[in-house]
Amino acid sequence: MSTLIKEDILVELLATTGTGFEEVRAAGKQAFQVQGFPTNKSEEYKFTAITKKIEQSIQNFAPAAPFTVTAEEVNANIFEGYAGDVLVFANGHFAPALSSTIEGVEVSLLSEKSSIALGSIAKPEKDPFCALNQSSFEGGIFISVPKKAQIQKPILLLNFFKATAGQVIQPRVWIEAGDFAEVTFINHSVNLSDIPYFVNKVVEVKGGVNTQIRYYKLQNEGKNVIEVSNIETDIQKDARFTSVNISLSGEMVRNNLTLNILGSNSEGNMYGLYLLNGKTHVDNHTNVDHTVPHCESNELYKGVLADNSRGVFNGKIFVRQDAQKTNAFQQNSNILLSDDAVVNTKPQLEIWADDVKCSHGCTTGQLDEEALFYLQARGIGKLQAKGLLLYAFTGEVMDYITDQSFREYCIAQVQDRLGSNL
Amino acid sequence: MLSIKNLHASIEGTPILRGINLEVKAGEVHAIMGPNGSGKSTLASVLAGREEYEVTEGEVSFKGINLLDLSPEDRAREGVFLAFQYPVEIPGVSSTNFLRTAVNQVREYRGEEALDAVKFLTLMKEKMRLVEIDQKLLSRSLNEGFSGGEKKRNEIFQMAMLAPTLSILDETDSGLDIDALRIVSNGVNQLKTKDNATIVVTHYQRLLDHIVPDFVHVLYNGQIVKSGTKELALELEEKGYDWIKDEVDSKATV
Repeated sequence: MSTLIKEDILVELLATTGTGFEEVRAAGKQAFQVQGFPTNKSEEYKFTAITKKIEQSIQNFAPAAPFTVTAEEVNANIFEGYAGDVLVFANGHFAPALSSTIEGVEVSLLSEKSSIALGSIAKPEKDPFCALNQSSFEGGIFISVPKKAQIQKPILLLNFFKATAGQVIQPRVWIEAGDFAEVTFINHSVNLSDIPYFVNKVVEVKGGVNTQIRYYKLQNEGKNVIEVSNIETDIQKDARFTSVNISLSGEMVRNNLTLNILGSNSEGNMYGLYLLNGKTHVDNHTNVDHTVPHCESNELYKGVLADNSRGVFNGKIFVRQDAQKTNAFQQNSNILLSDDAVVNTKPQLEIWADDVKCSHGCTTGQLDEEALFYLQARGIGKLQAKGLLLYAFTGEVMDYITDQSFREYCIAQVQDRLGSNL
Repeated sequence: MLSIKNLHASIEGTPILRGINLEVKAGEVHAIMGPNGSGKSTLASVLAGREEYEVTEGEVSFKGINLLDLSPEDRAREGVFLAFQYPVEIPGVSSTNFLRTAVNQVREYRGEEALDAVKFLTLMKEKMRLVEIDQKLLSRSLNEGFSGGEKKRNEIFQMAMLAPTLSILDETDSGLDIDALRIVSNGVNQLKTKDNATIVVTHYQRLLDHIVPDFVHVLYNGQIVKSGTKELALELEEKGYDWIKDEVDSKATV
């Protein structure tokens, strides 16, 4: 086990178990004890010294207590023109009084769903933080979309975070969608305190055959958040899963996104954008596992990095021997705006099948000076010209967001940042 | 309108312009010709404010303002327009949004009201006819996938939209077929008024059959070594540049 985080801290973390799921939690604890906190020697966390960051920033490893969110706070954080449903969470605990009742969708506390096989999709052996969450998550929510249900309006998962005495928040989400179901989630988080906190979240998505599931996530909680997010889904036959992840701020953020392609003729899409400034560190690790033939995966992550920020991209694509006729595409492109910004990008393709189309590429460059001069020579101010060019670079990712109000909100946030020189 | 005095400029320490003197008055068309590497495009770039070039000596006054003090965008807002030799493709920036931003920033600088969408589109339609540019092109990303001729026409279209006082056409003719050349030249000629001026930078005399200059200057080794009228261009067409080089070089040895 790692000696980086003191033993007593670990005891405290692992002792803070919520109720129920004793066996699941025990398995999580065991998996965590085998792996320990990642060190700088851990291959998967080589560029992201998250353990050190947690040690430096978190003094009290007790769970942040649930608290009361006001209706005003909820309303103030819903996007203009948003017409979907809203589920509100305070430090990971569901707040039903402020949440919509969604027609045709079951929303329950995880504690009421003891038969759910937590950890069967996001397996605790694969990532220490996933294991840690499984051992000691608090609250937790179960969302179920029945077979053939077409949920037209998106579901906004609105998370309020506020470090109280404790600074650790470990939310857990289980989403399941029956065969042929269609649903869109938007995950948005708001920080209400100025005390640093550590969020360690796990989302498992269990989709049936021919489902259409979209999961969008916006991270813009400011400088006090250290976050590890594990999102994992099993994609069955004829289904499509699309993730869009937009990271705009944070102290240190690690996103693990894993798509297990288990049924033929299915599709997994991973799109991401990170606009980083100050000392923000964002690490996107994605993993798509093609195990069956005739499937497709598309991946596009774009980054703009200013100041001393750091971006990490690691995109794994596995194409197993049985996964013939796979089409897998991956692209990661970055623009560095300062000499001190750093990006580490690593495409990682492992292909055992012999009849596949796979491509990957990564680029890291600077703003095109020639294009900048061209715009200036037409009377456009330098700052605005930069903003136009950077938006042109990043805008493509936003096109994958289908909900108009959320897309426009994201575009406004991004343009606001780009116009202000990041 | 434009007065260039003893202009020296270099790039990465290498001098390119070595004392240019040029006076351009309102209503005039000046052609700047010269062999490859003589500094023609550098002159155009320095006037537009390209940062790679360092002005080491001399002055440039435009409508009484010291042009060299202005940023590229302020030069454009004051009425200087450079038609690029190689217009830049900018994926993701729509031609229409770009132009509207440009036109309105220029108007704002001049204390004029911004054009609303309707007025802007009306202006755009009117100017599109001038260079026979297709609406479809303008709904695409700026210059992206445009042919060489389309890019050059787009330059003149932008010039029409921005209505500059001084237009500098940097080798706008190179690579154009005769039809495109005629369209581009027609556009330029129609935009000509008694209040604006044009500097045509070209390697070939052919363009000057269409855009008839009042003055022709020959640039060689970073200096204007000969000036004349349009007949000088014809003489260059016939005899090439060597006789000018010989003339200059022999003077230098005397």
